[in-house]
Amino acid sequence: MALNRSNWRATAEAIAIPIVAILFALILFGIFCAFCGKNPLSIYGAIYSTAFGNWRTFQGTLLRAAPLMLTALCTALPARLGLMIIGNEGALVMGGIGATIAGLMLSYGSLLPNVDQVKNTLGLPSLTVQIGMALGGILFGGLWIAAVGALRHYRAVNETISSLLMNYIAIALLNHLVEGPMKDPASLNKPSSFPIPDAYQLSNISGTRIHYGLLYGLIACIISYFLIQHTTFGFAARTAGGNVKAARIAGLPVGKLTVIICFLAGSCAGLAGMVEVAAVQGQANGSLVAGYGYAGILVAFVARYNPLAAAIVAVLLGGIINSGGALQRTFNMPDATVLVFQGLVFIVVLYSESLYGRLKIFKEAEVKAPPPSAASTAVPV
Amino acid sequence: MAKAADHSTINSTNGQVAIGANTQSVIAPPELEVVNMTKRFGSFTALENVSMTLKPGTLHALLGENGAGKSTLVKCVMGFYKPTSGEIKINGQVCPVNSPRDAQQYGIGMVYQHFTSVPAMTVAENLVLSRYDNSNVINWKQEMEGLRAFMETAPFQVPLELTIAQLAAGQKQKLEILKQLYLKSKILILDEPTSVLTPGEADEVLGLIRQQVTAGQLSVLMISHKFREIMAFADEITVLRKGNFAGNGKVKDLTVSEMAEMMMGEKRDPQPVEKSEHAEPAPVLQIQDIHANKDNGLEIVKGINLTVHSGEIVGIAGISGNGQRELVEVLAGQRPATGGQVLVNGEVYRATRAEMYKHRVFVLPEEPLRNACVAHMSVAENLALRTFDRPPQAKGILLIFKAIREMAVGLIQTFKIKTPSPETPVGNLSGGNVQRTVLARELSADHIKLLIAANPCFGLDFAAVDYIHSQIVAARNRGVAVLLVSEDLDELLKLSDRILVISEGEFAYESAIAEADFATIGRSMAGH
Repeated sequence: MALNRSNWRATAEAIAIPIVAILFALILFGIFCAFCGKNPLSIYGAIYSTAFGNWRTFQGTLLRAAPLMLTALCTALPARLGLMIIGNEGALVMGGIGATIAGLMLSYGSLLPNVDQVKNTLGLPSLTVQIGMALGGILFGGLWIAAVGALRHYRAVNETISSLLMNYIAIALLNHLVEGPMKDPASLNKPSSFPIPDAYQLSNISGTRIHYGLLYGLIACIISYFLIQHTTFGFAARTAGGNVKAARIAGLPVGKLTVIICFLAGSCAGLAGMVEVAAVQGQANGSLVAGYGYAGILVAFVARYNPLAAAIVAVLLGGIINSGGALQRTFNMPDATVLVFQGLVFIVVLYSESLYGRLKIFKEAEVKAPPPSAASTAVPV
Repeated sequence: MAKAADHSTINSTNGQVAIGANTQSVIAPPELEVVNMTKRFGSFTALENVSMTLKPGTLHALLGENGAGKSTLVKCVMGFYKPTSGEIKINGQVCPVNSPRDAQQYGIGMVYQHFTSVPAMTVAENLVLSRYDNSNVINWKQEMEGLRAFMETAPFQVPLELTIAQLAAGQKQKLEILKQLYLKSKILILDEPTSVLTPGEADEVLGLIRQQVTAGQLSVLMISHKFREIMAFADEITVLRKGNFAGNGKVKDLTVSEMAEMMMGEKRDPQPVEKSEHAEPAPVLQIQDIHANKDNGLEIVKGINLTVHSGEIVGIAGISGNGQRELVEVLAGQRPATGGQVLVNGEVYRATRAEMYKHRVFVLPEEPLRNACVAHMSVAENLALRTFDRPPQAKGILLIFKAIREMAVGLIQTFKIKTPSPETPVGNLSGGNVQRTVLARELSADHIKLLIAANPCFGLDFAAVDYIHSQIVAARNRGVAVLLVSEDLDELLKLSDRILVISEGEFAYESAIAEADFATIGRSMAGH
């Protein structure tokens, strides 16, 4: 709802606490760097300049932000329904598999095309193939998380545990497929599926090296925000998330809501998998498991499950990930250093959750401000 | 550990004493004084400059309408809220109470209006948990012996092995009181302690507490709306009105109408209800052989048949825990029935949103904050829970916030909901105002056909009770079929056209209100 007098403090709280938390994590990371014998300030500088310093490097940041926006929604949407789902990685992988299957079938008419088929593709327009791949990703990822929601509602299985475990199943399934039923015999060192023909891959936004996946992410975040805040469906979901008994008394179909929200959440992560296949890898292989899913959980947390905030936070985190290579090259620090930073952000943000409603400054003023004459003579304390 | 051992020896040597330890201790309760207490929430003043004294060994009643500041006052005393100004004196000395634990150390214990036990833990665990002591190891064998001995001598029993989630409201309330008796608090603060008890149970509980008070073992500060109980058990009263002190005095010097005048600011009698006759009552709600389970999977509703006609109030009486809560939950769509079916207007009713809308079914559940509101959503959003997906509040799938807000502003005025703004989370309102919010939502709709109400007046002051009663009767006179489940027998006798008694999941008594026999009802409730 629109900002108004009675909730501006709550809004300020929701913005200030994550920012302070990130700054605090930055300080902790600085201490870590100092222990490694590096100057924290120059490391901050390097992170900033690689992540946001100029347009060329910022494009790298946006590239990494694109899948994060989508995977963040996989946690953020169900959270509004009171579900804590962390199956983002699995849904992304399933989406990648779905997109690859759709892409190969629409390109060659077979998952294991022979030489003839590779030479003579079906010749469908590239938009058709891309839409098919997107639908494949949405469907696979969506059903994957919808299963988690159904288990939760109909069998009372804890959704956090089941979604976490389903990540491993998805990854195992991917490995099985690319090493067996879908393996391209040419991929020896790194088992992969057959590649999607270049013509069908997602192109870059003109004049940049950013692929259209970024647009998918932004659009998904905006639609999600709109869906949750401005539609009757979102209202019903928020009600069920807030108090399932109240939702039942109002006759809301809690089970249906759960499964639908979970499907939408999974389909966003699945779309991220499609983007990874169609724009980055060009085929399904182990590189799909790059940690974008888990990082998406972090984005959703920092964004307080607000889809619009998730888009912004995704860019921030994309920048941090983007700077990993630079830290390695310039400071001779291990590539995993950024994971330390990510982990610190995660823990500090989780901790900061406990501060909501406790800070006086964000509470409604209890007493009216003293008259100006008194204020002018008051000694600051 | 020493405490538990102490406990069991006392009880084994002196089994007839109600609360063993107290007869042996000779320490009288201290005097509790509240001086110029003020509490503000934002720009809202809940309590302004209120003073009162709880003399040792007295039962002091705190009176006031909803939102008069009674709960706020006692929560300040308990260290639950930090007062904006004012202080608490114990035996004349200023004692800062910053937390309920501090209060416990001064010997002050409170039974809150909202239950404070851990739902997933058993009664025994909750009792042991409530004791602030330093032992790191719990000797369960010894504790259980002590607890069993305590239960034997306690005024009422709650099964020690059950988890709190399995208890009905009445049993939870009993446990809250038991907890304080178990902790041997010297000053007991009771926030509407008898609202879920039958009159007999209430008299029993208060009688027992009264004995302790008379013996000089205990001081009690009791928030109550029931003049009958105040006249029978209290020594003194303090009355609050809109956050201000409105009067005090000794009960023996006051009449009910004088107390009511202090509370309301003017004299008033409870409004008698007027009922009109209906020519052709048609069956609206038909319950056919409904079975349902408790949370623990045991059958609690055992084949209930009931028809409620248009323009009729059917009252269901019963001691809490006899299946009435589960029955209401089945009708409200919160609990699946394990057998039987419900018909509304002759059609099968499964409590879906479409059916609720089609048949105009509305529900006033007990504990509205838990059952019918989303605490962190705004008052406006909670008021829109029934209507948000229909014009004018929605256009297609779009929410029209302006319409939602406008309706909320109207309802807040009509139903006199005290809230800083329509955007305030409903969880921030006082219990009575949460109840008004739900009432506003459920009773404001046009053409209600069926109203299911469960303890609709739980914890409300008598002006609000009168208001709700008149609303229910007005609905009935318009031809609404009303099913009223209540643990307040007076309420049922006042409102119902027909009364039934539920006992162990089955109806044990049924009669038209004119022929209702009070003694038989009482016996049926008790399962005789």
